[in-house]
Amino acid sequence: MLELYGKRFTSRMLLGTAGYSSPDILRQAVEASSAEIVTVSLRRESARARTGQGFWSLIEELGCRVLPNTAGCHTAKEAIATAQMARELFGTNWIKLEVIANDDTLQPDLFGLVEAATVLTAEGFDVLPYTTEDLSAAERLVAAGCSVLMPWASPIGSARGLINKTALQSMRAYFPDTPLIIDAGIGTPSHASEAMEMGYDAVLLNTAVAKAGDPVKMAEAFAKAVEAGRLAFEAGLIEPRDMASPSTPVAGTPFFKIDHAS
Amino acid sequence: MQILLNGERFATEANNLDELCLKLGFVEAKVATAVNGSFVAASARPATPLAEADEIEIVAPRQGG
Repeated sequence: MLELYGKRFTSRMLLGTAGYSSPDILRQAVEASSAEIVTVSLRRESARARTGQGFWSLIEELGCRVLPNTAGCHTAKEAIATAQMARELFGTNWIKLEVIANDDTLQPDLFGLVEAATVLTAEGFDVLPYTTEDLSAAERLVAAGCSVLMPWASPIGSARGLINKTALQSMRAYFPDTPLIIDAGIGTPSHASEAMEMGYDAVLLNTAVAKAGDPVKMAEAFAKAVEAGRLAFEAGLIEPRDMASPSTPVAGTPFFKIDHAS
Repeated sequence: MQILLNGERFATEANNLDELCLKLGFVEAKVATAVNGSFVAASARPATPLAEADEIEIVAPRQGG
């Protein structure tokens, strides 16, 4: 089972709640994904529209654990204040910590991330940092008190998949006992499978489901891909080879002549 | 007095943050607040005075990735 900050989960897929065509499609997609954790955010509330109140009712109906994010924050100070507001609003110490360095790439500001993580863990938050595959930054996040790391696969919403596989493999090898969740850039179920086959503990995605032609069906496809990838990892993958290796036994081959085997 | 409410200029006579939330109809609403970039807990709103040009954020749950 997946264990994050002392909580155990059957599903290894975390799903974002943004960008669906309707609240009903969101509800159905979450159900089809079997996700037990959904990400949420907070935004300015208009006294007239009161948009957030209706959304909160929907989230409560889903019955999932919520993981609030600090999306859109560009400084540690903004991220810290947003996390504090999220803790009060959602009643959870969990925070998906994002400090964004650049609006075009949405890559994490690793310096701000470590700074914010240090403050928030000291305040009792369970921080799940959205980071890169950079090992020295990851070490500092762990030293700051993060028990889970969430490296990107590729930029948020890019659907490019795992663009730096070697570095992600290194990260997995370097942190064998830390739960690692691939967050951002997953575009297809095969990307999710690949991450799980590499031994990542879970994947977090949003756009690939929300913007699919049929988000509910895509949520189910991802759920199956994540499960298949995890099973494959647990089963133990064979090593790739450069040359062929016959799967059918050679011994007893009809018409076999010894020079064929040399 | 003029404040900046969620990024927009807003005129109010509220003496503190709790009064402002009350006037805006957010008494029972699920909202969180910040003043001048710092979080203010719901319990601290009555003791948080407002001043000219204060920057107030009032936020609520929303979809996120």
